[in-house]
Amino acid sequence: MKLSKLLMAVSAAALLSGGAFAQDKIDVKLGVLNDRSGTYADLSGEGSVIAAQMAVEDFKAADKGINVEIVSADHQNKPDIGSSIARQWYDQDGVDVILDVPTSSVALAVADITKEKNKIFMDSGAGSSDLTGKACSPNTVHWTYDTWALANGTGSAMVKAGGDTWFFLTADYAFGHALERDTAAVVEKAGGKVLGSVRHPFPGQDFSSFLLQAQSSGAKVIGLANAGADTTNAIKQASEFGIVQGGQKLAGLLTFVTDVKALGLQTAQGLVLTEAFYWDQNEGTREFSKRFAERHGGAMPTMVHAGVYASVLHYLKAVEATKGKDATAVMAKMKEMPTDDPLFGQGEIRVDGRHVHNMYLFEVKKPEESTGDWDLYKTVATIPAAEAFRPLADGGCNLVK
Amino acid sequence: MAEIFGIPAAALYGQLLLGFINGAFYATLSLGLAVIFGLLNIINFTHGAQYMMGAFVGWMLLTYLGIGYWPALILAPIIVGVVGMVIERLLISRLYKLDHLYGLLLTFGLALIIEGLFRNGYGVSGMSYAIPAELSGGVNLGFMFLPLYRGWVVLASLVVCLGTWFMIEKTRLGAYLRAATENPTLVQAFGINVPLLVTLTYGFGVALAGFAGVLAAPIYAVNPMMGSNLIIVVFAVVVIGGMGSILGAVVTGFALGLIEGLTKVFYPEAAATVIFIIMAIVLLVKPAGLFGREA
Amino acid sequence: MSDEAESVGAGATLDVEPVGAEAILSDRAARGKSLHMAIFAGLAVLLLIAPFLMYPFFLMKLLCFALFASAFNLLLGYGGLLSFGHAAYFGMASYVSAHAAKVWGLSPELAILAGMVTAAGLGLLFGALAIRRQGIYFAMVTLAFAQMIYFFALQAPFTGGEDGIQGVPRGHLFGIIDLSNAMTFYYVVAVVFLLGILLIYRIIHSPFGQVLKAIRDNEPRAISLGYRADHYKLAVFVLSATLSGLAGGMKAIVVQLASLTDVYWAMSGEVVLMTLLGGMGTIFGPMVGAAIIITMQNYLASLGAWVTVAQGVVFVVAVLMFREGIVGVVSKWLKKPL
Repeated sequence: MKLSKLLMAVSAAALLSGGAFAQDKIDVKLGVLNDRSGTYADLSGEGSVIAAQMAVEDFKAADKGINVEIVSADHQNKPDIGSSIARQWYDQDGVDVILDVPTSSVALAVADITKEKNKIFMDSGAGSSDLTGKACSPNTVHWTYDTWALANGTGSAMVKAGGDTWFFLTADYAFGHALERDTAAVVEKAGGKVLGSVRHPFPGQDFSSFLLQAQSSGAKVIGLANAGADTTNAIKQASEFGIVQGGQKLAGLLTFVTDVKALGLQTAQGLVLTEAFYWDQNEGTREFSKRFAERHGGAMPTMVHAGVYASVLHYLKAVEATKGKDATAVMAKMKEMPTDDPLFGQGEIRVDGRHVHNMYLFEVKKPEESTGDWDLYKTVATIPAAEAFRPLADGGCNLVK
Repeated sequence: MAEIFGIPAAALYGQLLLGFINGAFYATLSLGLAVIFGLLNIINFTHGAQYMMGAFVGWMLLTYLGIGYWPALILAPIIVGVVGMVIERLLISRLYKLDHLYGLLLTFGLALIIEGLFRNGYGVSGMSYAIPAELSGGVNLGFMFLPLYRGWVVLASLVVCLGTWFMIEKTRLGAYLRAATENPTLVQAFGINVPLLVTLTYGFGVALAGFAGVLAAPIYAVNPMMGSNLIIVVFAVVVIGGMGSILGAVVTGFALGLIEGLTKVFYPEAAATVIFIIMAIVLLVKPAGLFGREA
Repeated sequence: MSDEAESVGAGATLDVEPVGAEAILSDRAARGKSLHMAIFAGLAVLLLIAPFLMYPFFLMKLLCFALFASAFNLLLGYGGLLSFGHAAYFGMASYVSAHAAKVWGLSPELAILAGMVTAAGLGLLFGALAIRRQGIYFAMVTLAFAQMIYFFALQAPFTGGEDGIQGVPRGHLFGIIDLSNAMTFYYVVAVVFLLGILLIYRIIHSPFGQVLKAIRDNEPRAISLGYRADHYKLAVFVLSATLSGLAGGMKAIVVQLASLTDVYWAMSGEVVLMTLLGGMGTIFGPMVGAAIIITMQNYLASLGAWVTVAQGVVFVVAVLMFREGIVGVVSKWLKKPL
């Protein structure tokens, strides 16, 4: 299978620099497997490949005797296409690490195959908290976020900020139910109250009557337990009914910066959401994002892109430290070393594969507060790493003793 | 709050309105299918893609040319209709002598091409299209809150559907059309250019889809995939109604929208499947469809 | 077969190329048969050596789709019925097989059997309703039912919604043969595939198949000869659904997952395309079509939505100028049915 290969010039650069380690070079092959044409193409897609390349360059891998090649492919959000590519990459193309993989169904499939072949899977784009829970694997690292963290961040932080009565707008399928259940639990634990919920067909198109129910419930927060086009449609229609102007807050439980960008501030203003990364947080994120945007048609990185960058960086550190690419040794090293990068700050990879770091509650700015195209969020709260992710014992992962 | 069968009245009316709006789209689209089927005897699988094109053309007119909603409501259907006529002339017309199933297969292929092209060009996250200023907001009717734009959608599609019915049943052009449906050779012999009539009819049916698309653009995100799921439901609507009658297609469309809306109130889990279940029942009881002519 | 009969037949049948049909009808005897046996033998040899030339996992997937397309062709090519909802049987069987293997812990052959039974049941139910309408209505009805199954799969708890059923164990065939070895598993799939195709071949050339073709070519005439056309149509519908279920169940075990892709309408369209491209109403056409489409998807995977466009173009070209399909053209050229 001739998947589009992005052969990096890194090896050439290494030859030119005449590295001292020329004799014992380590060749690693990274596969960025994500959605390059569908719903998640904007938040992962080509941007994730760019992020991986930048990590290799910033790490100066070639100078350190690590020869990195990056390949990429489109899994079209279909698990059987994704798993075929993953198998082929591991069996035939010599890929060592698969990166990104948004869409939970594909990510779960790739995690299984990676375990079977004893390679490494570093996920950034998928949301399923099962990846480090019931379906956890010694070969998986889940870097950026999961649904538990989003539910927890948005739920608890909103209640603390006074949003103590909730109404859910839930997509009527397994994923929507799980998101609602997790968030409701967090809200109640934090002392809030769930006034009601309504389930809409998936995929939904017209949310007007559901939104009117939410509006008449008088809840302070309307939680959107859905994703993708359902969420953007609901937000759009909520703006049409002046729900946010009426004093209620909309909370997106799985909303990305690209969704907000597509909706525009006029429509999305006042929306509250949890993310792991925003380009305009500190010097480190701004510096990276500026360089990233130059190579990505002006679009700022999403948290998924940031996660790919940081995970490649951490992987390369572990390869350097173990002087090899043996999956078991590198995984052990990655879990042993604390993580530290300019985008996520300090953190660690837990035994279940979960990477823990701070999460942030953002609110979408009003148009008049924004000073530029990508000036979208203001930070409402920081959720410290220790509280941001599901406690190790609660996930049901069999690696946890 | 007033309740009916334990359901808050506002929710009930809200869902009924919602159902009525969906019904408006079902009606407009199945009307277009019926018009095309009547003369060309093909099922136009491209209909969903053409509905999507209508929404996209409306969005493009606004984004690239600054042409607003009201002119787009006229222009976009014309553009989609003209594209449709070109497709009919170049491709579909080659199949009239063959089995009608080939028309279905051809238009299915065309739908794939159109959707694929739009996905390549615009991704699938969808574009937003603002509600025209004149129709934003809503009125409180006492028993429910009616968003103005929703009211407009129902009104506009009703007018278009009834207008189409009037044109086909009561005008001279409509008479030619009906005659050509019955016996094209004879009508051709009377000196009427039947191939032209066929092309225009296809263009008109497709324009109806484009019109529905523009109507939908401010409500739903403008998205390359917006037509493909809708069209299958519309097919079920067509099977239920039968394609023998223009008015039948319209009535069935609105009625099924309402039933779907009611289902959302009383048993939301079945909302996505209720139309298919009704289709199964109709097939058992009256295989030709409620308004159908053939067995 | 006459053109008038075709139009009287209310569009219920696709006009499969007269040459092929006539030839098949008149040529039950040895001439065609020995050629077919030679091709089957060649196919068996090809299957035997293929895994040494190509990636076995890819081949297994390809064989599942080739069987699916052949099962579909039984209905379209020989029954003259265009179903636009075959994904329902393929996909539902793959869900049930995956669930049976993973949750109930059944051995692979029993899991696949459970999938086939499900597909047969669905085929009986939907087939009985769908054959009440003809031609394009038949196509629309089957499509609508398939969409209903899609929504069911999306919402039902056991299918895992968007996540699908993951990590399906391959297990041991008959409790003995370990399928986790790729080569072993490949040969099992190849044998099942070959048996499936031979069964289809047998059905087509049985008296049942002859009546079926008579109905396809001229339903009123067949009815007037005393055949109960509806029974035959329903029977072939159920057979086709069951064999599609075999393909779907096997695919679930091969790919080790079942997902919404397999029940989506696009899958129904793909199997129509495979059959049309390869040559409907030919024995070997659908597998050729499946091989081309699956290979195309695999090689073009990185192009994303262009795959959809390419499939659409193939569809349009095939309908406009290539209605006999590849094998159909070869068959015409050889003047022998294939």
